[in-house]
Amino acid sequence: MSLFRNFATGLRSLFRKNQVDRELDEELGAYLEMEAAEKIRQGVSRKDALREVRLERGSLEVTKEIVRSGGWEFFVETCWRDLRYGVRMLCKKPGFTIIAAATLALGIGANTAIFSVIDRVLLQPLPYPHPEELVAVWHTAPGLNIKDLSSSDSCYFIYREQSRTFQDIGLYRNDSVNITGMAEPERVSALDVTDGVLPILGLRATLGRTFTRADDSPGSAKSVMLSFGFWQRKFGGDRSVIGKTITVDGELRQVIGVLPRDFHFGGRDIAMLLPLQLDRAYTFLGNFSYESVARLKPGVTLAQANADVARMLPIVQKSFPMPVGLNPKTLEDARIGPNLRTLKQEVVGDMDKVLWVLMGGVGFVLLIACANVGNLLLVRAEGRQRELAIRAALGASKGRIAASLLLESFLLALLGSALGLSLAYGALRVLVATAPAGLPRINEIAINGPAVLFTLVLSLFVSLLFGCVPAFKYAAVPQLTALRESGRSMSESRHRHRARSALVVSQVALALVLLVSAGLMIRTFRALIEVDPGFVMPSDIQTFRVDIPYTQVKEPERVMRIEEEILHKIEAVPGVSSVSLSMSVPLDGNQTTGPAFEKDRTYSQGELPLHRFRFVAPGFFKTLGTPLVAGRDLTWSDIYNKVPVAIVSERMAREYWHDPASALGKQIRVSPKDDWREIVGVVGDVRDDGVDKEAPSSVYWPILTSEFEGNELDVIRSVAFCMRASRAGSASLMEDVQKAVWSVDSDLPIADAHTLEYYYSKSMARTSFTLTMLGVAGGMALLLGVVGLYGAIAYSVSTRTHEIGIRVALGAEPEDVLKMVVRGGFKLAGFGVGIGIAAALVSTRYLATLLYGIKPTDPLTFATVALLLIGVALLASYIPARRATKVDPMVALRYE
Amino acid sequence: MPDKPSDLVQGTLDMLILKTLALEPTHGYGISVRIEQMSKGVFRLNAGSLFLAIQRLERDGLIDGEWKPTENNRRARYYTLTAKGRKRLDSETREWGRQVAAIGRILETS
Repeated sequence: MSLFRNFATGLRSLFRKNQVDRELDEELGAYLEMEAAEKIRQGVSRKDALREVRLERGSLEVTKEIVRSGGWEFFVETCWRDLRYGVRMLCKKPGFTIIAAATLALGIGANTAIFSVIDRVLLQPLPYPHPEELVAVWHTAPGLNIKDLSSSDSCYFIYREQSRTFQDIGLYRNDSVNITGMAEPERVSALDVTDGVLPILGLRATLGRTFTRADDSPGSAKSVMLSFGFWQRKFGGDRSVIGKTITVDGELRQVIGVLPRDFHFGGRDIAMLLPLQLDRAYTFLGNFSYESVARLKPGVTLAQANADVARMLPIVQKSFPMPVGLNPKTLEDARIGPNLRTLKQEVVGDMDKVLWVLMGGVGFVLLIACANVGNLLLVRAEGRQRELAIRAALGASKGRIAASLLLESFLLALLGSALGLSLAYGALRVLVATAPAGLPRINEIAINGPAVLFTLVLSLFVSLLFGCVPAFKYAAVPQLTALRESGRSMSESRHRHRARSALVVSQVALALVLLVSAGLMIRTFRALIEVDPGFVMPSDIQTFRVDIPYTQVKEPERVMRIEEEILHKIEAVPGVSSVSLSMSVPLDGNQTTGPAFEKDRTYSQGELPLHRFRFVAPGFFKTLGTPLVAGRDLTWSDIYNKVPVAIVSERMAREYWHDPASALGKQIRVSPKDDWREIVGVVGDVRDDGVDKEAPSSVYWPILTSEFEGNELDVIRSVAFCMRASRAGSASLMEDVQKAVWSVDSDLPIADAHTLEYYYSKSMARTSFTLTMLGVAGGMALLLGVVGLYGAIAYSVSTRTHEIGIRVALGAEPEDVLKMVVRGGFKLAGFGVGIGIAAALVSTRYLATLLYGIKPTDPLTFATVALLLIGVALLASYIPARRATKVDPMVALRYE
Repeated sequence: MPDKPSDLVQGTLDMLILKTLALEPTHGYGISVRIEQMSKGVFRLNAGSLFLAIQRLERDGLIDGEWKPTENNRRARYYTLTAKGRKRLDSETREWGRQVAAIGRILETS
């Protein structure tokens, strides 16, 4: 009741202010009048009576203020008044407001943008029900020096049947398939899955149904689920698509369902899902070539699940036969163990490092922006000293003045945030467009609730940060001095000097840390570019993939003939100087690893000498520009006559036979059943794992193999063509190439048409992304830092015009004065650089994993940045100082 | 100076105002004069504290204010005790009595 009454009265005084005021006036007036009347009755004159009453009981205005301040509405009113006052002050100086808000917007916008990426990628749970229960089932094989071993079909069967910690487990594998029978043939990305995968993720079909255990059983009817995009593109979203058949890799498959629109898995744009239809009867040990996802039972920890997998691994070993050619000792020595991780960890990968580094970088930008605005406010508050002093003299408490200054800062920060948000919106679009392919969950990134909240909190934080500088200083200044000073400005006091010096020092230090980080990334990028990847002019090499399915052509030799025919047709395309084909091109991510044993070497039982394998046609090295170090290339007659030959990389030759030439004539093979193959050539190393990784020791086999890996005759059906052509990367070249391919077989789709440059820059994407982002942050820091530094020093020099005038009038040489000012600037910058170097030595350690070929403490980078900043500081003090010394001393002294 | 309201024991001003109004409804000046008289000049109220307290009591619903003409034909707000105010006065008086007695006992024993 009384609460309501209190509220109602409060509202009344807020909204009917005048009437309430009048009533209070009247009541107090009556009170004082009555008191005075009493005194007059006692014989005091009216004038004295009124004075006495005021002295004894307090003046009318003060009393009114006291009574008013008793209600809650008083607080609201004060805030409202300060707010209006703040807005008025900001509007009065639009130049200042715009510069300050823009500076803040830059800092806040960058932070909001990076935060929304971090929020989406690292902080938000995956968009599946109970995402904490989802795990990626990985293994590890310390015996083979393999840290992350994927999953196998044999493991899948046992885990599915005997696990105590999994609700269910699914297996999947990336695939790409030829779609024919619909206008032009097309090659699309697909995912082969067991029936458990979609239910584990909690996904339902948008249309039709998902796979059942029956669909996934060997021998049952061939089915397929389409992605939403493929369904829209190929069937125009026609709902009658369910039950229709499409030709996938030459096989008819019935469409049973359509995936949800927002289905994204494994970072690839998937067109369709196919059931794996694993056959238990044909399952062997080994074959760790699948990925696996499982849902844990509620409450089960990762450690418990790992223990469960460790328990089941021996059961797997006992339940399935060894594949032909694999030594049981090898599997034993591999010491396969469990290595489960949360699905989120799997999705995020190691991008978290890059993102946190970026967050740190833009954090520094914001701090520098704050220092700048703090300095601007300081300058402005100086001009407002009189106003503040008058307010204080009229009875405003220090707290009130500080609060109103802070409120102004907060208004400024809010304005900056609003601008920053729109800036972040734009920046995110650029970011998403330039982000490396490895940035996970990129499709989910947007400015949303948490990002806006973050911005608000941030603006509150920064307004406190830069707002306290003037608030503390000026709320605490002895007011009488300020009033006295107002007419004629004194030379700068030491006290005031200190705050600005601190700002300059911290700005230099912050900018140094950021610029050193950016500098290290630039050096890393240069180091990467200078690395010889093992091929030359990748921008002139056009690649694309073609797959000849078994259903279309059965005999390996005929496949080889078709592939060679395509090669010759492409050779005839104008502008093409050299063509070849291979299982894959360097850095495209299609890698195979296998054992190669040398004839005259003894191996301990189960030892597995692993090397990178690549199956190539003649001319592959010439096309890529990989140098032939010793021996010769393959020839077509080697291929068709099934001559048992091989080519090895220089690294392998050196490791095994010390120098490339002595590798020639040595014999190697993969399995005991195979023919020994003679090494006829040694080629230069190719950085196949990424430009920043050592080139793997590699073996190149002929693309058509006989008596290899236990197979009588085999051919690579999914091949990458590569050609050196002046028109590489152009649509016209690919049109000609397409015609060439279709002139051989019109049912062959072309896929993954990219230049080698594409894969090359993709492998450096993480570095160049980090570089770009840190570069932008560093650029902003430099810009803000230079402007701030110049502004701060120039202003402090300009306030010393008076002092400089005195000095010159008293006979100081202009050069001496100049030196004095510049020395001051140099001291500040040097101090900042010192602090910055100390901070950078600590913070660049977090960059270490992103660097290549350079230490985080690279002296050259540190020195360059330090000199740059000191140079800027010297310039920033020199220019205004020179201007000050040029002023006629008399003008300087008289001027105000 | 004994006329400073801060010399009043914390929270007793409200009680004194309520007590004054329990005798007879009056205006602010009336309250102040009566408290001064009854205390024989010990308590002299500052206008700010007095009206702050009045405002608080009115908002809490312990007293009601009403504009009425005064004896010398001005307008003043006359305050009356509400039922709730009377109850509060009774309980506070009782509590005060208990406390004073207790403090007295403590001071006497020595």
